[in-house]
Amino acid sequence: MTTMNTTTEAAVSKPAKLTSKQLPKATPWIIAVASILVAIVISFIAFGGFNIPVVAVLAGLINAIAVFAVSASYEGRRKAVDRIATTIVTSTFVLACVPLISLLWLTVSKGGAAISGDLLTRTMLGMKGVLDQQYIAGEATLAGGFYHAIVGTVLITLAACVISIPIGVLTAIYLVEYSNKNRLGKAITFLVDVMTGIPSIVAGLFAFALFSTIANVLLPGAAGIAKTGFTAAVALSVLMIPIVVRNTEEILRLVPMDLREASYALGVPKWKTIVKIVLPTSVSGILSGVTIAIARVIGETAPIMVTAGFAKTLNWNLFSGWMSTLPTFIYDSQLRPVSPGAAALASSERAWAAALVLVALVMVLNLFARIIAKVLAPKAGR
Amino acid sequence: MPISTQTTESGPTGPGSTPEPGQKPPQSPAAGQQKAVVRPGDRIFSAATLIAGILILVILAGVALFLLAQSKDTITAQISDPSQITGGKGFFSYVWPLVIGTLISAAIALIVATPFSLGIALFTTHMAPRKLAPVLGYVIDLLAAIPSVVYGLWGIALAGNLTGFYLWLSKWFGWIPIFAPAADGSVSQTGRTLLTASLVLSIMILPIITSLTREIFLQTPRLQEEAALALGATRWEMIRMAVLPFGKSGIVSATMLGLGRALGETMAVAMILSPGVLTASLVVSGNQTIASEIAQNFPEAAGLRLSELITVGLVLFVITLLVNMGARAIVARTSVKGS
Amino acid sequence: MSKQIDIKDLDIFYGDFRAVDGVQMQIKPRSVTAFIGPSGCGKSTVLRTLNRMHEVIPGASVSGEVLMDGNDIYGAGVDPVNVRREVGMVFQRANPFPTMSIKENVLAGVRLNNKRLSKTEADDLTERALRGANLWNEVKDRLNLPGSGLSGGQQQRLCIARAIAVEPEVLLMDEPCSALDPISTLAIEDLINDLKDKYTVVIVTHNMQQAARVSDKTAFFNIAGTGKPGKLIEFNETSTIFSNPDKEETENYISGRFG
Repeated sequence: MTTMNTTTEAAVSKPAKLTSKQLPKATPWIIAVASILVAIVISFIAFGGFNIPVVAVLAGLINAIAVFAVSASYEGRRKAVDRIATTIVTSTFVLACVPLISLLWLTVSKGGAAISGDLLTRTMLGMKGVLDQQYIAGEATLAGGFYHAIVGTVLITLAACVISIPIGVLTAIYLVEYSNKNRLGKAITFLVDVMTGIPSIVAGLFAFALFSTIANVLLPGAAGIAKTGFTAAVALSVLMIPIVVRNTEEILRLVPMDLREASYALGVPKWKTIVKIVLPTSVSGILSGVTIAIARVIGETAPIMVTAGFAKTLNWNLFSGWMSTLPTFIYDSQLRPVSPGAAALASSERAWAAALVLVALVMVLNLFARIIAKVLAPKAGR
Repeated sequence: MPISTQTTESGPTGPGSTPEPGQKPPQSPAAGQQKAVVRPGDRIFSAATLIAGILILVILAGVALFLLAQSKDTITAQISDPSQITGGKGFFSYVWPLVIGTLISAAIALIVATPFSLGIALFTTHMAPRKLAPVLGYVIDLLAAIPSVVYGLWGIALAGNLTGFYLWLSKWFGWIPIFAPAADGSVSQTGRTLLTASLVLSIMILPIITSLTREIFLQTPRLQEEAALALGATRWEMIRMAVLPFGKSGIVSATMLGLGRALGETMAVAMILSPGVLTASLVVSGNQTIASEIAQNFPEAAGLRLSELITVGLVLFVITLLVNMGARAIVARTSVKGS
Repeated sequence: MSKQIDIKDLDIFYGDFRAVDGVQMQIKPRSVTAFIGPSGCGKSTVLRTLNRMHEVIPGASVSGEVLMDGNDIYGAGVDPVNVRREVGMVFQRANPFPTMSIKENVLAGVRLNNKRLSKTEADDLTERALRGANLWNEVKDRLNLPGSGLSGGQQQRLCIARAIAVEPEVLLMDEPCSALDPISTLAIEDLINDLKDKYTVVIVTHNMQQAARVSDKTAFFNIAGTGKPGKLIEFNETSTIFSNPDKEETENYISGRFG
């Protein structure tokens, strides 16, 4: 900080009318580097060593104070406030990036180290603690895999799409084209908002409660059969429908009234106008909204674990037996490792590999949504 | 609409050649509808969309009804013999600590995440280099999509590194109850405390709040921004004059959405927290949230325990409902009228 | 083709608000009729009742009769969809369907009304409609490109081609040139002159010179004030309206001494 004050005392000439005193462009950077150095020194003195979080926080504080002091003494108060605001906003950005980058980095490095083609094509069938102990001891390769979880993820998500896309899109059409803002339309809009706020685990509990009630009526005493992939799909639908409705509604409202009127004026009935004119015009937006919704529910864990249990093996049947998805596989592997003790690390490695696959899947879906929105959009009009 | 009444009067009184009776307008819409022919295609299609809309009402009613139905055992137990319920002191003393834990963790997450979200949103919309800004926005959107189970996994890996920090906190700030160490002066050895869970929660909701606020900031009318700059405002003054007032209600609703997420978030807490009884200190092990309680106990639960957990879920549902409605009320009150 | 339109005691409402009051008018077949008047006087509203397009706006309703060759289009059992097949419409802003090519746009009305067309029929109809709209020579080499790639004037003529491809009896135009440059406007006005050989044309315009140039008869609408209903003030030969109108109100408007 003391070094900074010397730079400020340079050049004190009278400013011309339109120019005012300004710090050289490099000043913020010099101050930033100096602050970091000072922070490191303080860290050594006060904490007896180099501690990244301490240095980061200290550096941020010192930097902010220094920038304000330097700028206020040279450029004036308003400029100084502007600079400190910029500094604070920029540092919150940098600071917030640290955990997010760390998250991505851990997923890629840990998951990347563990992942292999075998993990993608094998299930946990016949998995024993011994196999993991051998792996940790370096006597064997990592056993087990999560093929069953990938299959479960795909099946359950597809089933959820089959349920929620028609309901969601039709509801959005009702709201935009038919309700004319009547009372039912307002009620639906309100309830869709409420539905957006349902915690995912509550959605899971609902699906479980629904199907165990049904199971109790059909086969008293056999509540266990309520846990199936289909139950999970219903739970996911509860989460997915409001997203689909919201996105579709927003897109349909963007279709200009002009186009509907042009179609009516040609003597085309309303339903056909919607099907042949409105929907094709907005198809890219609807598809990309649906993809975003899929990306959102594909990573849900809580509703799956209360509705579909934790399967160790492959199950292609949505309507009978437990099923695993990638998120529940990650949870199960991490918290209930196959082998206790040091060999639990093997389970953790499988969890990270599955996390990498899951994150990649979500990213691809999001990218895909953007591409759909760009490619399928009607070519530049007017 | 004071005009409309005036108009119906002016119809007959005007110099027009048609002596229309004043009560005609209310009748004519009905007459017009009677005449209209509805085509079968239209009828089928509008019925289909209507059914879909009504289905949403049914689903939401179903959520409440089925949760209530499955809570029956808990309610009867509570009435006949409260000692049957976990903890032995009835349902309310069982659920109370969970509610507090949920609210505390959500509140911490919100307090930590909101300023950072605003900072990032401002940075990406008004301060970042022009070429970098859209890329950053896209990255934020992607981060918002990362599944919570991955955040949980990351939180577990991170938790151990926080013990040093917690020890330091309890040493210097131990006089504040939430940072107080245990009786023997120690803090959690694994770092798997409610504070860790809350911090991970805050990082989880950070991208969500950010991406919503970012959209609001991007919608600030360009003219207002330019007007502020043309008056000689610095960039920060422009943000305070134009951007923040415009985005106020949007920021509130984004924050409330983040709060809703944090309240209902299960996995990050369920994976990180090693639960225990309610304690004031957040740096020792203990405390539990509703969602985590359900997730950690549901797989093994049966009979009355199962019903208890579903009832707890119903409580969570009600809490999030109240928060959402409160948020809506706040948004309605703070939103800018006109433009 | 082409039909006579008789409007009798037409009142138009938006909800409880009376927008237009007591219109009486007889529009002859194969003629061009222009509606002029200040903004908000209800001229577009009246135009939209002639093919029951005003019903698209929630809460809108009418009382009175609109007879098309003696048949009331508001009579019992009349399907607005069928009315609109007989009465085509062109809007203020050109609105080609963005997902369709030029050719698909022209054929949209026919195809969406479930008529199956063989390829040669479709090609013939496309050419006929585009020639009818004076657009054929400009677009014949790019029939499969999106309609939104054309210039504003071309898009508007594409919309006219789309409207006449369903072979209506009457063609309504709602300020078709207000968003166009003078050259495109001239092209549309020429086209209107050609169209009246086949169709009954009704055009709303805020441009009095345009009304004088293209129409045979002109209807002048006016409004007493905000919140009051619009009224038909004078309906007369265009030459009379612009040289020697019957009503003083019309003369004031025409000569620019308004209000």
